Amino acid sequence: MSTVLECRNVTKEFHVAGSKVVAVDDVSLEFTGGDVLAVVGESGSGKSTLARMLLRLMPVTSGTISFRGDDVTHLRGHALRNYWSEVQAVFQDPFASFNQFFPVGRLLRRSLALAEVDRDEADALIEECLGYVGLTPAQALHKYPHQLSGGQRQRIMLARALMMRPKVLLADEATSMLDATLRVNVLNVLHDLKDDLGLTVLFITHDIGQACYLADRVAVMEHGKVVERGTTDEVIFAPRGDYTKRLLADVPDLKGSLKRKV
Amino acid sequence: MSTAQAPTTVLARAVNVSAVYGGGDRDFTAVDRVSLELGEGEILGLAGESGCGKTTLGNSLAMIANPPLYVVEGTLDIDGERIDLTTLRGDGDLARQRKYRGGVVSMLPQGAMNAISPTLRVRNLVIDVMRAHDRSVTRDEALDRARDRLKMLEMPVRVLDSYPHQLSGGMKQRVITVVSTLLNPRLLIADEPTSALDVSSQRMLVEMLLAMVEQRIMSGVVFVTHDLPVLSQVSDRLAIMNAGRIVEMGPTEQLVHDAQHEYTRKLLSSVLDPTQETRSRGRNRRSHTGIGEGESL
Repeated sequence: MSTVLECRNVTKEFHVAGSKVVAVDDVSLEFTGGDVLAVVGESGSGKSTLARMLLRLMPVTSGTISFRGDDVTHLRGHALRNYWSEVQAVFQDPFASFNQFFPVGRLLRRSLALAEVDRDEADALIEECLGYVGLTPAQALHKYPHQLSGGQRQRIMLARALMMRPKVLLADEATSMLDATLRVNVLNVLHDLKDDLGLTVLFITHDIGQACYLADRVAVMEHGKVVERGTTDEVIFAPRGDYTKRLLADVPDLKGSLKRKV
Repeated sequence: MSTAQAPTTVLARAVNVSAVYGGGDRDFTAVDRVSLELGEGEILGLAGESGCGKTTLGNSLAMIANPPLYVVEGTLDIDGERIDLTTLRGDGDLARQRKYRGGVVSMLPQGAMNAISPTLRVRNLVIDVMRAHDRSVTRDEALDRARDRLKMLEMPVRVLDSYPHQLSGGMKQRVITVVSTLLNPRLLIADEPTSALDVSSQRMLVEMLLAMVEQRIMSGVVFVTHDLPVLSQVSDRLAIMNAGRIVEMGPTEQLVHDAQHEYTRKLLSSVLDPTQETRSRGRNRRSHTGIGEGESL
């Protein structure tokens, strides 16, 4: 498969209280069509900053981002809006992403109205996309966000992202706030979408276990740099870098007790 | 419910604890006649998913249930004393409550590391906590105690002079754990202490808790979390909660390897650890679960 999204030597610097913080440091990554790439790392490693730059929600300090061969680093106006319909995102907190005052149906229809989709078409599209995440319009549309469970909310955010028929879906800790059983459920939905729609997924997480379950390839970030990358099997089962090894060693093991080791 | 064999020396025994939210006829029973026993020096893991009642049970045991949460039934035997958990409600029995809270049972609430006053240095927090329970403690005595404790746990004493924002998340959580056990409680109830931490900070906190129990800073811990792998590392026994009840309880190893209850097995099968097994489950997932899997909606 060909490269869909690509970033080359992307760097982001923040200036905090007179000093310079390099949040993302010379990162180059490629996203192959129909693949799930997981970016893992601990808090502050720069993974969310990288995501925000790829989404063009934040300007890069230097480097280039290209989408299907075209440079999108400095897109503006209409072209940028087109880019956003191709690259969609789902964020961590499914509650904060909703307007609490409106039922789900209104939220979804409004997104489509903004994209100038007419009403009948919109309803069909909503039904189709809710179907991808295992919901029906009757289950979701008339409900307010507080009437939905965390897993349902997150799946509706996924459906909303899919309505734009994106090529790339960026999930930034999208399953971190969910309970364990719900998490597997949402990961399975992502898995199916990848298979059925050929979606390219960028999966950002601090949880290596989730990356192991879902991803085809993994990139490990530390202090703004990608310190290791490769296929999931290479990175998780045969890590080369010290940081990756340490990260893996600290993951609590269900079947091994720390108590006995201490 | 399967019961585990009784621990050798019993530290605390909670009997028939029930807690409801509300009042009037629209009560919601969050904890439903739960009984459990904790041995001397034991760490009991309490696991379950959001809304199963594990935090409510923790709050009930620590006697910090506030309306609209009411503990309607239950006793706790600790140190040869029987405490009626239902009586210590509201401000009716403040003096006893204060002696009990923090002194006998200490609660490390969820998100405690973000609850430290941002304008206080840790030293002032230490002094406030100590003097709230015993007016005769001087500032220097309180700080001496804190310094000794930090040294004992091999933590840097300079954190006393820091403001919360100067500490990392993991360090804040360890500091707040040390502060909340300064009064040498018999029992510590730790509610999701590791959930907001990175794996490396998680490990440090877990190691510190183990050291604290070993050095008998407290005699027992109820460790509440939804994170089964963390629990399996730290706890001697596990209790699995679902819908307000403990559905299964037993020695950690036995429960992890040979779970009896269906819910426990479901919970265990949802754990995604970086193993070959998880990898192959991910690859072959279609044969295991479906999108429309009704009950986990």
